Amino acid sequence: MSVEQIGAEQVRDQARERQRVERLDRVVIRFAGDSGDGMQLTGDRFTAQAATFGNDLATLPNYPAEIRAPAGSLPGVSSFQVQFGNDRVLTPGDRLDALVAMNPAALKANIGDLRPGGVLIVDTHDFTPRALSRVGYDDNPLTDGSLRDYLVHAIDMTSLAGAAVAEFGLSRKEASRARNMFALGLVSWMYNRPIEPTVSFLRRRFGGKPAVLAGNLAALRAGWDLGETTESFAVTYEVAPAPLPAGTYRNIQGNQATAYGLVAAAERAGLRLFLGAYPITPASDVLHELSKLKSYGVRSFQAEDEIAAIGAALGASFAGLLGVTVTSGPGMALKSETLGLAVALELPLVVVDVQRGGPSTGLPTKTEQADLWQAMYGRNGEAPLPVLAARSPADCFDTAIEACRIALKYRTPVVMLSDGYLANGSEPWRVPAVDDLPDLTVEYATDRNGMSADGREVFLPYARDPATLARPLAIPGTPGLQHRIGGLEKDSLTGAVSYDPDNHDRMVRIRQAKIDRIKVPPLEVDDPSGRPGYGARLLVVGWGSTYGPISAACRNIRRRGMAIAQAHLRHLNPLPANLGHVLAAYDTVLVPEMNLGQLASLIRANCLVDTVSYTQLRGLPFRADELEQVFANIITGGEVS
Amino acid sequence: MTSTDFDFDLPALRSVPRTAEPLSAAEFRTSQEVRWCPGCGDHAILAAAQGFLASLRIPRENIVIVSGIGCSSRLPYYVDTYGIHSIHGRAPTIATGISINRPDLSVWVVTGDGDALSIGGNHLIHALRRNVNLKILLLNNRIYGLTKGQYSPTSEFGKVTKSTPGGSLDDPFNPIALAIGAGASFVARTIDSDRRHLAATLGAAVAHDGTALVEIYQNCPVFNNDAYQPLKDPSRKDDWTIRLEHGQPVIFGSRSDQAVVRDPVTGALRIGSADDPDVVVHDARTDNPAYALALSLLAEKDLRHTPIGVFRSVFRPTYDSRFRAQLAEAEETGPTDLQQLLLGTDNWTIG
Ligand code: SF4
Repeated sequence: MSVEQIGAEQVRDQARERQRVERLDRVVIRFAGDSGDGMQLTGDRFTAQAATFGNDLATLPNYPAEIRAPAGSLPGVSSFQVQFGNDRVLTPGDRLDALVAMNPAALKANIGDLRPGGVLIVDTHDFTPRALSRVGYDDNPLTDGSLRDYLVHAIDMTSLAGAAVAEFGLSRKEASRARNMFALGLVSWMYNRPIEPTVSFLRRRFGGKPAVLAGNLAALRAGWDLGETTESFAVTYEVAPAPLPAGTYRNIQGNQATAYGLVAAAERAGLRLFLGAYPITPASDVLHELSKLKSYGVRSFQAEDEIAAIGAALGASFAGLLGVTVTSGPGMALKSETLGLAVALELPLVVVDVQRGGPSTGLPTKTEQADLWQAMYGRNGEAPLPVLAARSPADCFDTAIEACRIALKYRTPVVMLSDGYLANGSEPWRVPAVDDLPDLTVEYATDRNGMSADGREVFLPYARDPATLARPLAIPGTPGLQHRIGGLEKDSLTGAVSYDPDNHDRMVRIRQAKIDRIKVPPLEVDDPSGRPGYGARLLVVGWGSTYGPISAACRNIRRRGMAIAQAHLRHLNPLPANLGHVLAAYDTVLVPEMNLGQLASLIRANCLVDTVSYTQLRGLPFRADELEQVFANIITGGEVS
Repeated sequence: MTSTDFDFDLPALRSVPRTAEPLSAAEFRTSQEVRWCPGCGDHAILAAAQGFLASLRIPRENIVIVSGIGCSSRLPYYVDTYGIHSIHGRAPTIATGISINRPDLSVWVVTGDGDALSIGGNHLIHALRRNVNLKILLLNNRIYGLTKGQYSPTSEFGKVTKSTPGGSLDDPFNPIALAIGAGASFVARTIDSDRRHLAATLGAAVAHDGTALVEIYQNCPVFNNDAYQPLKDPSRKDDWTIRLEHGQPVIFGSRSDQAVVRDPVTGALRIGSADDPDVVVHDARTDNPAYALALSLLAEKDLRHTPIGVFRSVFRPTYDSRFRAQLAEAEETGPTDLQQLLLGTDNWTIG
């Protein structure tokens, strides 16, 4: 049988032939190696295989800020974690069931996360005394008994892969990369994953390089074969497909979903999308993604700095396009003056802040959600604007569309918060039909809408829609509607410069009222034990990427027979109108956040409801088992630790 | 060239619609009360701009003026076109977003020495480098007016102001030299008090396909009065001002006896006599920017030998045209089905 034919059916046949197949509900695997080794690709391919098989899943890439930290060093370790399961998978997992370590540094950096009894696959090739002592191992952990709690498979994968590709005349670098495919083949065999998706991926990627393609396929096959023929691999594992709703699915990362959401919103608005951006981790992939989409009418512009990026986007909005900019915290800081201008001009604009650890440069490749206050308040004067947050990688798509809807309808800048975890994490996404997405059609002004004191027809750029308080937009090129707008305070009707005290007071209040009146859906509480006030006594409120771990922890609490209510906010400004009412129905409102309690403060200030904060800023998502412990403590009358 | 013999088939304006008849300057006035100090040079520049824009026969709705912050940046409020009075230093960024997306618009930036060269220096050099189709009017009064009289990046060394009571310590920028260094394809200088020269210079700028930087020497009677007096004073101005005209020998002086001369050995420019066989014939189209740079460096600190006119006007593809060409090519040859894009290549169907 050639490698291309190892599909789902063969996988099942072979699984039946094994002496023992363990059926599991979910599995957490981490691939770890040097940052130059291609661990992200390996993980990504394994993920695609699990996805195609029908598992639900969630992924977590973890890589260093340095592009190529010294090879073999601890700071240079890069990893990719995936959890796949036969039910809803909400997080990439806490404890590893399996770890693939491609060198001593990868072992050292990750072994602490492997659960006792877990599978450890090690490439022994680099386990030289020098490499070991470099990462602080006095003895070889493979032989000193320190790994006795794990199911260790120590294999010289580099040499085996090298032998497999020897006949294809690859360069040394290409040959050494083949060990990833070897590892992938072995793990695929062990977890009964079909490798067809990887085979067709390799064909697409190396179509023009027959030798490289053949080498990679051979290495993949060699890894698979090793599992099949080696006695020590007595057990394989199987995770059945998850019962997901009917539809066509794909795997998607948060940044990609954000980019697609923006494109889809522009399409549904009948506008061209214009992205002004300056490269910044972890937001750059949105720029990269959108830059590839010119044929879909997307225009991208790499500006000289963050300020120019938002300036160009604002200019594009004035010119009748959908202007957007993407950035991370430090870039948000630089954009704040232009955001204030956009508030004053009342032009549509979407700013995506893919949050990372801060302050200052902070932890560029790690995740955090400490820009909420910056998004809410980070401008001079009273400068309110809507703030939304995505809860999962796929949810970035819907949140981006909602951000565009609000921006276009209410003629306001909108901040959409994502974060490093969502940006790079992935999950299966049920692809919507474009025609089913909301209609965002914008009506631009074409006629004069008022009278001047001397009885002439004039265009009044600040004469508002009484319901939404949105002002009319007249784009350049529209005859007779020429007007000037600017950062100086404007007359509440004509838009002319006005220093009148009453007018300023009125304008400040109108701008606030416009944002306050934005219609956002009511907060929904998930509590199988009863509606608010009649079920659980503890409500957990979250926002952003904590959705996964909070949901997983709540699920576990309920499985333990305890009641807990969960609510997750997408709209942070304005907050859902029923929020205070809902929160008041619970004894305890717990707000877990990857900051020092920013949402908790907002809730207290807005709803006069006390909250309990549980906070952590480790650059990593919450672990579901930790949250479960915290929730259980509160339910059983203990303290928040 | 004056604004009245304007060539209407310029590549710079080919995609901008035209009216059949010229408009009147009055049509470009707005009802906003003009708030500059009496005697400010900005009044003359505004009047010239309104008259000049009217002569272009571009419908008012197809003109956008973007400004930053400062006295000069109030100008958009007084011209009946589309306009944005933005934030300090950032006008080129907003104007870039408008220009590259809307070839049917004529986009202008109005800025000052503080706005363009201090807080907005970065955006200015990048607009020039990209050659975005913007017409940038840099009103240089060598002082901060709106904040009431601090020295600016074009103030002379030793300038005594409220923020520099002991004299400023830094040497000024030469905006023309800076623009040439940034790769500008069009650079010119004119003076607020010379309406004909101002209009002719604006005409050359608008005819240029790409970023045109026009430095306008502007008098601030309140905080830096008579900063350019040597170039206006009838007894001195012809001896101190060098008028550049493309294709003409660079001869100046009240008796037309002085000239810009090129040293035959070193190639350096110097002030010499009009009968020198090596008098320079002005060629603004010279590709090598060293020539325009050398011209820009002729002026002395006291403004003696200040060249005015078009220093440099060369063809270089605009960012706008490249941007649109890339889009057009992608739209013609690339995939366009959004649904297919969302589905991707690795997908699976359940149920
Ligand atoms: S301060 Fe100077 S530049 Fe400003 S308006 Fe008055 S005179 Fe003109």
